[in-house]
Amino acid sequence: MNIHEYQAKALFEKFGVAVPKGTTATNPEAFVTALAALPEGPTMVKSQIHAGGRGKGTFTNGFKGGVKFCKTKADALAMAGNMLGQTLVTAQTGPVGRKVQTIYFTVASDIKKEYYLAILLDRATSRPVIVASTEGGMDIETVAHDTPEKLFKVLIDPAYGIADFQIRDLITKLGLAGAEAKNAAKLIRNLYTMFWETDAAMVEVNPLITTPTGEVLALDAKVSFDSNALYRHPEIVALRDLNEEDPKEIEASKYSLSYIALDGNIACLVNGAGLAMSTMDIIQHFGGTPANFLDVGGGASKDQVIAAFKIILGDPNVKGILVNIFGGIMDCNVIATGIVEAVKEVGLKLPLVVRLEGNNVVAGKATLAASGLALVAGDTMADAAQKIVKLVA
Amino acid sequence: MAILITPETKIIVQGITGDFGGRHAKLSLDYGTQVVAGVTPGKGGQFFEYGAHKVPIYNSVADAAKATGATVSVIFVPPPFAADAILECVDAGLDLAVAITEGIPIKDMIRVKRAMTGAKTRLVGPNCPGIVTPGTGKDSFGGCRIGIAPGYIHKKGHVGVVSRSGTLTYEAVFQLTSKNIGQTTCVGIGGDPVNGTNHLDVIKLFNADPETHGIILIGEIGGNAEVEAARWIKANCKKPVAGFIAGATAPAGRRMGHAGAIVGGAEDTAAAKIAVFKECGIEVAATPSDMADALLRAAKAKGVTLT
Repeated sequence: MNIHEYQAKALFEKFGVAVPKGTTATNPEAFVTALAALPEGPTMVKSQIHAGGRGKGTFTNGFKGGVKFCKTKADALAMAGNMLGQTLVTAQTGPVGRKVQTIYFTVASDIKKEYYLAILLDRATSRPVIVASTEGGMDIETVAHDTPEKLFKVLIDPAYGIADFQIRDLITKLGLAGAEAKNAAKLIRNLYTMFWETDAAMVEVNPLITTPTGEVLALDAKVSFDSNALYRHPEIVALRDLNEEDPKEIEASKYSLSYIALDGNIACLVNGAGLAMSTMDIIQHFGGTPANFLDVGGGASKDQVIAAFKIILGDPNVKGILVNIFGGIMDCNVIATGIVEAVKEVGLKLPLVVRLEGNNVVAGKATLAASGLALVAGDTMADAAQKIVKLVA
Repeated sequence: MAILITPETKIIVQGITGDFGGRHAKLSLDYGTQVVAGVTPGKGGQFFEYGAHKVPIYNSVADAAKATGATVSVIFVPPPFAADAILECVDAGLDLAVAITEGIPIKDMIRVKRAMTGAKTRLVGPNCPGIVTPGTGKDSFGGCRIGIAPGYIHKKGHVGVVSRSGTLTYEAVFQLTSKNIGQTTCVGIGGDPVNGTNHLDVIKLFNADPETHGIILIGEIGGNAEVEAARWIKANCKKPVAGFIAGATAPAGRRMGHAGAIVGGAEDTAAAKIAVFKECGIEVAATPSDMADALLRAAKAKGVTLT
C-alpha cells in the first residue's frame, strides 16, 4: 500500500525524522490558511499523487511541473491554483495521469548537498538493507549502473536491529562530519525504527539534504507498506487514498481477487499468480495483447467468479476473454458453474475460450458443454491462447 | 530415493481442525500419506476422524512429535499465527516444516528466518503448495502429499520439479505425467520474497539424488534466486534441466518497489533471467505448455533417459 508524500512526512515527524515544515490544502479557499502556518520566504508547492517524476510532469491543461519553487508565499498561493484539481501526467502515471486533489506547501530549504537514502528488504539475505548514496536527487538505478562505488549498502540483523557502528560507518562513507554527522545518525536510526515498527515495505528519501547550518532533512518521502501486515496497523490503513487506485482494482479487492489492469484487449481469468502471469505471457507469445492480470486465488467461490467477470467486462478495451484454470485446490466444476452463471447474468457477447484442467475437470467440462453457451474449449494453454488470439483478431 | 519426503514420512498437520487444513488432511489421507497427528492448541486429546482414519490431536508440535515419531509438519494456520507455528516446529526439532499459509507479514518471516539460523529444521514455503513424492499406486497414490497439490496428476518416476508457483507446478507435472514421465519429488517453494528454501537448495538435493534424472525449474520475475540456481547448475549439475520464467508481460513496478530492483541487481526481469538460463545451458520453455517438451529436448541432447 502506498501513501502520499505529506502523509509519509507526518509519519517521519512522528518517529523523529527531520523534514522541512509543511502544510496541506485540498481546496483553493484553504490555500491562505495553509500558507499562514509557514514562515514568510521561499516556498515549495508540491502536487500530491502516488507517482514519481512529479517535477518533470505536465498537466493536461498544458502547465508544466507538478513541483515548483516559489520565492514568496504570495507566489506559492498563485502557483497552487495551477495544480489543484488538474490532472498531472508523469513518466510513472501513464498517459491518463492522476488528478491532484491535495497541495502540499513546504518551506524551501537551503540545500548544501543532496544524498539518497532508502530502506527495504534484501531478498538474497532476507534482511532489511539500507541503501545510501552521495548522488542524491538522481535516478538511483542510473547511479547503481554508472557509479556503483557511490552506492553503499548496510544489511541489518533483524535480531539486534541497526547497530551504532553501522550508522557511523555509513555516515563516514557519505562524507558527513560534525553537526551533520550527528543529525544524520539520528535521522537514519529513527527512519529505520519507523520502517521496522510500521511494517513498511520500502522507505525512500530522495533527496536527503544537508543545509548550510548543519541540518539533515528528508526533502522528499516515498513510503509503501507490506499489505500482509496491514491487519495490525489500522493507523496506516486510514491513510489509504482510494482516489489513487484503479476503480476496477478496488472492486476486485472487495472480492479478494488480485486484478491489475493492462492496456491490451484479451482479458484473462486465471487461478494462481504464476499461471495468471504466464497466461498473459502466452497471449503475447501468440500475437495477442493481455488486458489484465487476474488471479482468482485458491478458494474462488461462484460469487468471486461472477465478480471477476463483471470487472473484466467493465474494461471497454476487452474484445475477448480467456479463462485458464488448473484446479489444484479449487474444483473445476465450481469454476464452470460460475462461468455459466456469470455469462448468463452479464449477457456476454464477446468470444470466450475456456481451458479447464485438474480437480473434478470432467464434471466441469460437462457443465460447460450442457450450458448451451457459445464458448470455445481449449485443451492446453497454448491451444486456448491461439484460439482466443484468432477470435479477437 | 525421493528428496525431502518419502511415502514412509510421518506428518503432523498444524491447523487440522480448520476448514482449509482439515480438507487437505483428508485429501492427503486419501492419497495414502502418513498423517499421524494434528495440532490445535486447546484441542489436545480430541481426534480428527475421517473414514477409517482416527488422527489424534495434540496441543503442541512437541507433544505430537514425541507421541508419534513424526518428523515433518505442514502448517495451515492463519497468517497472524503462522510465524509462531513455524518456530514451534523448530523448537520441537522436526526435520521439515512446510508452510502453506499465504499472507504472512514479511517482517514476521524476516524474524523467523533469523531465528532459524543454525537450526536443524528446514522450512519450505510459506505461501506454497507443498511437496509431493508420488507413490506406486493408481494415480500415484501411496505417496507422500504435503500441502494442497492435486495428488492424482503425479506419477512416480525420475524428474524433479521445483517452482515458486503452485498452479505452474501442476501444469508441469500434468504435462510430464501425460507423456508418461514420472517424478521423484515436486517441490513448491512459494511465492513470498522471504522463504525458507530457495531454488538452489532444491536443485542441490535433486542433483545429489541418483533417482532424479532430469529437473524442471520454474521461476518468475523478482529477486535473483533463479539466477543463483542457474549459475550453480552451469558449474555443478550434469543432469538435463528445463526452465520457465513467468512474467514477461508484467508491468514494471507493480509488484516490487523501485529500489527493490537495485538490491537484487539488474537480473530480475523475465528477459534477464531467461538470458541467464540460456547462458547456463538450461533449456528454456517458450510457453508453459512447452515445459515437459523442453525437458525432453534437454534430456535428448545429453543422452539421458527420463522414463
